[in-house]
Amino acid sequence: MQDQDFILQTRGLSVYYDTKKAVTDVDLDVVRNRITAIIGPSGCGKSTLLRCFNRMNDLIPSARVEGQVLFDGLDLYGHDVDPTEIRYEIGMVFQRPNPFPKTIYDNVAFGPRINGFQGNLAELVERSLVRAALWDEVKDRLNASALSLSGGQQQRLCIARALAVEPRVILMDEPCSALDPIATLAIEELMRELSEDYSIVIVTHNMQQAARVSHYTAFLMVEEARVGFLVEFGESRQIFTNPEDERTEAYITGRFG
Amino acid sequence: MARNVVSPSLGKGTRNAWKRTFSERAIAVALFLSAFLSILITVGIVAVLLFEALAFFGDVTFWEFITGTRWTPLFSSKQFGVLALVAGTTLTALLAMLVALPLGLLSAIYLSEYAPDRIRRLVKPILEVLAGIPTVVYGYFALLFVTPILRNISGDISVFNALSASIVMGIMILPMVSSLSEDAMRSVPRNLREAAYALGSTKLEVSTLVVVPAALSGIMSAFILAVSRAIGETMIVTIAAGQNPSFTLNPFVPIETMTAYIVQVSQGDAPAGSIEFKTIFAVALLLFVMTLVMNLLSQYVVSRFREEYE
Amino acid sequence: MAVIPQSEFQRRQARRKWMGRAFHGLCLLSVCIALGMLAVLLIYLLQQGVTGIDWSFLTSFPSRHSDKAGIKPAMLGSIYVVLVAGVVSFTLGVATALFLEEYATRSKFATLAKINIANLAGVPSIVYGILGLQIFVHSMHLGNSVLAGGFTLALLVLPIVIVAASEAVRAVPPSLREGSYALGATRWQVIWRMVIPQAFPGILTGVILAVSRAIGETAPLIAMGALTFVPFTPDSPLSRFTVLPIQIFNWTSRPQEGFRETAAAGIIVLLVILLVMNAGAVILRNRFQNKWE
Repeated sequence: MQDQDFILQTRGLSVYYDTKKAVTDVDLDVVRNRITAIIGPSGCGKSTLLRCFNRMNDLIPSARVEGQVLFDGLDLYGHDVDPTEIRYEIGMVFQRPNPFPKTIYDNVAFGPRINGFQGNLAELVERSLVRAALWDEVKDRLNASALSLSGGQQQRLCIARALAVEPRVILMDEPCSALDPIATLAIEELMRELSEDYSIVIVTHNMQQAARVSHYTAFLMVEEARVGFLVEFGESRQIFTNPEDERTEAYITGRFG
Repeated sequence: MARNVVSPSLGKGTRNAWKRTFSERAIAVALFLSAFLSILITVGIVAVLLFEALAFFGDVTFWEFITGTRWTPLFSSKQFGVLALVAGTTLTALLAMLVALPLGLLSAIYLSEYAPDRIRRLVKPILEVLAGIPTVVYGYFALLFVTPILRNISGDISVFNALSASIVMGIMILPMVSSLSEDAMRSVPRNLREAAYALGSTKLEVSTLVVVPAALSGIMSAFILAVSRAIGETMIVTIAAGQNPSFTLNPFVPIETMTAYIVQVSQGDAPAGSIEFKTIFAVALLLFVMTLVMNLLSQYVVSRFREEYE
Repeated sequence: MAVIPQSEFQRRQARRKWMGRAFHGLCLLSVCIALGMLAVLLIYLLQQGVTGIDWSFLTSFPSRHSDKAGIKPAMLGSIYVVLVAGVVSFTLGVATALFLEEYATRSKFATLAKINIANLAGVPSIVYGILGLQIFVHSMHLGNSVLAGGFTLALLVLPIVIVAASEAVRAVPPSLREGSYALGATRWQVIWRMVIPQAFPGILTGVILAVSRAIGETAPLIAMGALTFVPFTPDSPLSRFTVLPIQIFNWTSRPQEGFRETAAAGIIVLLVILLVMNAGAVILRNRFQNKWE
């Protein structure tokens, strides 16, 4: 994949928990303003890999990262890089919706507020909720508790919350696995809309979802040593219809995983 | 060969069964009585206090008791304004909270959010030691160590004063605030913290803007219980704060708390049935009511305002 | 970040960083203050009192002369009173916990009892002394005796035992009970032979906690009429008595300089007893835990 515009790139990325290696030597390129899916069987390190992009692995004391993660050319694990600054540019949505036990408004406003946003906060909140396709459902009750929303609504709220700080990349860690099929479709629709302005990396164990939604797909696998590694990476159309690696084909056709 | 003889004890069972049922029932009753005793204790406390206190209020009007500011039942010219003692209790409790609440909460935040596991496992039991030291030891420490230091700083502080006792009381109560607050904070689920970090928060912001608000009902309950503990504390104030009932908020002079007064009279020889003797019960009743209200309030705060995380 | 101008953002970042560091320091400082005070307290006590501890101190009676004063009657009084309190609170506490957790689970009575116990735990200790005075000393005609003192303290620490025992009993897996019932055991047999042995480490912990609390209590015993100057050793359960904390209190209140050291010596003895009890508790609990698992 030459001559693409890459927003994120990894070079020789390996992750260790104490002495045990979890992910080995991944070279991955994420195309700007596209949806990139990371698929693979359970335990292959998809989430671990995803969390390298916004240095959430820093929160785990035993985690150690080797290699490079380049964000528009800047090595995220370089000496002077402050993780909290990265997390404005690279946002994350989690597997289970995790709204704060505050009002809907305060949830979305949290990120801008701690960052010192001086402009019109109400307008920013509205814009983010609109973009997350939640505005119509909550515009009359912004002061209601976020926990009064349904699962699918809460997840869209989490997306709105992530959007409010205007990141350039949105990481999604199995965002639909705790939701029902209708809510899932709504989120997938939302992802397609968002990908025009944001680069999205999504981890999913649902192959059909990956095939439906993503432009590019990376397939990770584990072997006996229980270390995850990248098997194949390319355009989703090609990965799902005519994969180059036979292991990819085996996974896609359901022969394992 | 199959046994075609019925087991010999079957059928004889009726009498054994009756004996068994009887002893089972007897045990159940005994256990019930024991549990009932715990309720009886509360009834007993209320009854004992009320009985003599009501006799007291036969001699002294409730109004004078509850609004008077001079308390001199042990002198020849007797006045029965309990506010003098309440002021002493309130002053020491307040000052103790100024020490225990901020230090306790900050310690809890440290242990819950900042401390590596190893340090936490080491520090927590040591803090428990602070809580387990008998209060008479703290009283000794307040009078003979803290007070001279305070008097070195300012000669205007008397030998018996509220400040010294309050500081030591605050240190004694600190572990309780820390432990309860920490429990509340640790029960905030991890994914809330992750969400905040993912938005670019610093640890300070996660702790103060997400974790503490999410644990607020538990923390407030801890604070209220701490106040209740301070109100009921006896030996530190008896030893170090003085026996001079005084309606004042001056921390540098001798005062007397409700608890210290009860000790004072108990040590003396007020004959049973005398008015001095009865004051014990009136003051103790007020003390009991105050701490009961606080304890009920702390339970109410938790049940009413308990945060849902799901 | 598109929402905020870059220079503004950088400035805020710098401030947020040092605020974060300052806050971290503040929290750490709080813990250090607490630990520091403990250290200062212990060092001061050792400094003041360790020279006063010798065999004659442990075996003499109190005296008006600080160099001749001893804690024998106080120590014996403490041991006897705490013994009574321990036995009574253990029996009543375990019985109550068993009733609430095995017989009356989830009944209205159990809920009421549990709220009541939580409130009893918060009653100031001196109120228990007054209760003891009226009920045990006067109504039951026990006088200001070791027995009355022990009963009073038993009531005070009862909630501790109940809570610990309840937790221990609750933690016994239902599967163990079911297995016993399936073999034809009656309810009490299951409790006596299965639940209590399994819950024993937790119950023991509760009793040690209770006894540790009881041995340090001063106010309730003063209120129920324990003596502060005792020239004899208590020789029967109905004998008058004093306890270690009250003796310490008495010495602390004396104006003569010498009694400062005497009081500190008494405190060290008290703290050593507490330390030994708690260490013993940890050892016993570990031993029982290994036995039953």
